[in-house]
Amino acid sequence: MADTIYQKIGGEAAVNAAVDMFYRKVLSDDHISGYLDNTDMDAQREKQKAFLTMVFGGPNEYTGKDLRTAHAKLVEQGMDDSHFDAVAGHLQDTLSELGVPADIAGEIMTVAAGTRSEVLNR
Amino acid sequence: MATVQFNDSAYEGQPSETVLDTLLRHGEEANYSCRKGSCLNCMMQAVEGAVPEKAQAGLRDTLRAQGYFLSCLCRPESDISVVQGEDAALYQRAVILSRELLAPDICRVVLEPATPLYYHAGQFLNLRRRNGLSRSYSLACVPNLDRYLEFHIKRLAGGQMSNWVFDEMQVGESVDIQGPNGCCFYLPGDPGQGLLMIGNGTGLAPLAAIARDALNDGHNGPIRLYHGSRAEGGLYLQDRLLDLAAANANFSYTGCLSGAAPPPGHARGRAEEVAFGEIPDLAGWRVYLCGNPPMVEGAKKRAFLAGADLKEIYADAFELKELRAAPRPAPA
Ligand code: HEM
Repeated sequence: MADTIYQKIGGEAAVNAAVDMFYRKVLSDDHISGYLDNTDMDAQREKQKAFLTMVFGGPNEYTGKDLRTAHAKLVEQGMDDSHFDAVAGHLQDTLSELGVPADIAGEIMTVAAGTRSEVLNR
Repeated sequence: MATVQFNDSAYEGQPSETVLDTLLRHGEEANYSCRKGSCLNCMMQAVEGAVPEKAQAGLRDTLRAQGYFLSCLCRPESDISVVQGEDAALYQRAVILSRELLAPDICRVVLEPATPLYYHAGQFLNLRRRNGLSRSYSLACVPNLDRYLEFHIKRLAGGQMSNWVFDEMQVGESVDIQGPNGCCFYLPGDPGQGLLMIGNGTGLAPLAAIARDALNDGHNGPIRLYHGSRAEGGLYLQDRLLDLAAANANFSYTGCLSGAAPPPGHARGRAEEVAFGEIPDLAGWRVYLCGNPPMVEGAKKRAFLAGADLKEIYADAFELKELRAAPRPAPA
């Protein structure tokens, strides 16, 4: 069986390498940081890990909620395509800063793009 | 829904309610302070039933094995029977040796425990007076360097414990202490690492202790301590810290005043602003933050954005019990 992207890029170690970099980006972006609960940064970091694990094709062990349920409240609060695109942009930047090869980065971005209708509850 | 059995009463918990909240809602006199799992004042012992893992996180193995847990974090999934816990397992006696003013509203209290306490500089103890009132205070002393235990206690308007310490506590009387608690301390192993310390008010107590501990351990990387206060009177221990800086080239102390134009020798602005202005890149640094919660939380975010690893940021927010009467909301 072919390796999943998650295995190809190194599983949990790859997520750990990416998570602080990615979290710094979303936290500094005023357009999206308002949707994150910043009172408990350690808990927030775990959510970023869940995000990265999922787009890298790994298991969602955070709460295991499906994407639609996990984001439904945020959509009610006004989360839309602009936020989705911003998050996807930070993901793209993180991958290139980490030097992830273009073909794998492309696969990861395809996975992320494929979640749009679920995340935005359409 | 889970039932909480306490002494001779059984209380029906509400969904996602903590054991502490259930007991308080029913008028039980349960001990607590921070309500977020830091201070350990609300520790109880489960004699029957399962304790969620989260409610025991950070407790010593010996306490865990005996079923001790933090009632403010414990959302039981099934029926549970709890007791206040064996006092002797948690508390020991200590005698007050001295009390002196360090600043108009800050005093140094020195005590001697009945049996020597094994602790790290920067940890905190819960101090309990005879009538049961208890509060958390950071240790201001360093093992091996200081013979006795020492706290710096700030008088707070309406603060029951601090006013008692200032006005009524007598040298020679005894109190109970529980601890040591907390993981804000120096870890040997990387003597060249940069250490940034930012504190306001009596947040200086643990930070100065950690700095002395690190220097005593042979730390040779930069140690930069920033202490903030609104007025000059609040910058206590200055002389001592300036002496320490004169004796150790890798240690610096900056007193920061956020009020009017500061006198020479002080930086202007809040401690965290001065610190992040002088050290903009924190990649590879360890960061210690102690003091009031808004400063600590804001500085934690800025330290992370400035490149520090989250696991290298040790934050100790001083929660005030008098502000914590209402339950904290359940996490989403
Ligand atoms: C690229 C698309 C996205 C993916 C694949 C994704 C993935 C995830 C995953 C796997 C979780 C954890 C779910 C759980 O187990 O409970 C999560 C939670 C979360 N996501 Fe996303 N996410 C995406 C976009 C966004 C956007 C655009 C925002 C807001 C700007 C956002 C904000 C959040 C928040 C705040 C949570 C935590 C919810 C909670 O704790 O209840 N996500 N996301």
